[in-house]
Amino acid sequence: MDKTSLAELIRSFDGETEIKDGKQFTEVNVPSANLHKLAKQLCENENTKFDFLFCLTGVDYGKELGVVYHLRSTEYNHSIVLKTRTNDRERPVLDSVYDIWKTAEFHEREVFDLLGIKFKGHPDLRRLFLESSWGYPLRKDYVDDINIVTK
Amino acid sequence: MEEQKTDIGIDEQQEYLINMGPQHPSTHGVLRLLVSLKGEIVKNVEPHIGYIHRGIEKMCESITYPQIIHLTDRMDYLSAHINNEAVCLNIEKALEVDIPDRIKVIRTIMSELTRIQSHQLFWSTFGMDLGGLTCFFYGLRDREKILDIFEETCGSRMIVSYNCPGGLMYDIHPNFQERVKAFLKYFRKTLPEYDQLLTGNVIFRQRTEGIGRLSLKDAISFGVTGPTARASGFSCDVRIHEPYSAYDRVKFNEVLFNEGDTFHRYLVRMDEIRESMDIVEQLIDNIPEGPFAVKMKPVIKLPEGEYYQSVETARGELGVYIISDGNKNPYRVKFRSPNFVNLSALNMMTKDFKIADLVAISGSLDLIIPDIDR
Repeated sequence: MDKTSLAELIRSFDGETEIKDGKQFTEVNVPSANLHKLAKQLCENENTKFDFLFCLTGVDYGKELGVVYHLRSTEYNHSIVLKTRTNDRERPVLDSVYDIWKTAEFHEREVFDLLGIKFKGHPDLRRLFLESSWGYPLRKDYVDDINIVTK
Repeated sequence: MEEQKTDIGIDEQQEYLINMGPQHPSTHGVLRLLVSLKGEIVKNVEPHIGYIHRGIEKMCESITYPQIIHLTDRMDYLSAHINNEAVCLNIEKALEVDIPDRIKVIRTIMSELTRIQSHQLFWSTFGMDLGGLTCFFYGLRDREKILDIFEETCGSRMIVSYNCPGGLMYDIHPNFQERVKAFLKYFRKTLPEYDQLLTGNVIFRQRTEGIGRLSLKDAISFGVTGPTARASGFSCDVRIHEPYSAYDRVKFNEVLFNEGDTFHRYLVRMDEIRESMDIVEQLIDNIPEGPFAVKMKPVIKLPEGEYYQSVETARGELGVYIISDGNKNPYRVKFRSPNFVNLSALNMMTKDFKIADLVAISGSLDLIIPDIDR
């Protein structure tokens, strides 16, 4: 399937998505409330079959926090990028995609550890690398006078 | 205060909790596995990681792009050259720099030599974990020859840092081609020794065949890549699906098996050594003339946007995801490291096998801890 018809199909899943044609991947921006529903459809639909989540990244955009999902279909060999954002910096909560792709378990724990985004429906959401008293180091407003040397 | 449990698992119904690591010799680094046992049967494995977490992704946000390359060496130190390449390819793609053929071919040869030495070390340590100490000496004897080639050309043996944005740090040593050819001739002769020593060994086969089976569906769902996934029949070789450098001009096969057990994860790596030798053989006499580096601007700034590049390291797919805001340092860098993802499948693979099989299974994943922790 070519990029335009794939974009049409994804738009038909969810009217609120915003689809941009990036240089490398097609970019799908979805509101955080519809994330889980769209992800499930992307994985299970016969024509998309995005069964391989190969990268999950948490990003601090300044005012917002976001998560970026890189998806690939092992059958059709096409890839897209799925993005979602949340405004709440104090208590950011997103839906977990663990029930769709099991690889999300460790990835989401890492994002929780380093950015403080909670994932609803994750089976075992604990800090992965750091102690529980530590802040969230990948946030842009994280300050550490002792361990980070600035010139 | 809550009432404390007094019986901590000594009767038959309950499970023992045993710590394996962080200083266990078979974890090859500081990996701690919290194992729940029922008798000798593994019921649950919970990896505790982060002992050597250095925050490489955070560090990258405050340094320049050429500096990032030297940090990637320290992730998967056995695939150091391939990690460097991933960052360089991403920067070159973002800046739309045309890379001359000479650089592409040299990078490919170095990557494949890196893969061979990494698999040699896997063979050595895997044999050692399962009780065949001789493997360690045989493997390191041959690996030394590749490290000597690296030393002559790159100045360093393991953490090579040979790539830079736009090409290579220096040209290859005049002896390079000759020594690589001598090595290939030598290693073609000694590789059958590996099979005689370990592959056909009855004890080794009994400890690996049918152990730790990973189905194709689970391999995809857990996102497992590299030799581990290819033993389960998951065709995921980045060199074939999205060829980079000079992989589009060489002929080689993707090694695939369907069994997905520990023995076949071992076999994939042994066959990949042979494929890698074929690739090097096709290229070593045909290194084109030309410059070894393209002149880049002294300060590299990527245009605003997002860039993703994946490469095939010795352990799987390494992805480098850079978000740039147009400055000389990136806004966010993510390394999708293969070991981190492969480790997540360990619990599922070891379930209901014996505790001794845990060593075989985790050995067959070929985990490198600094790559997990980053």
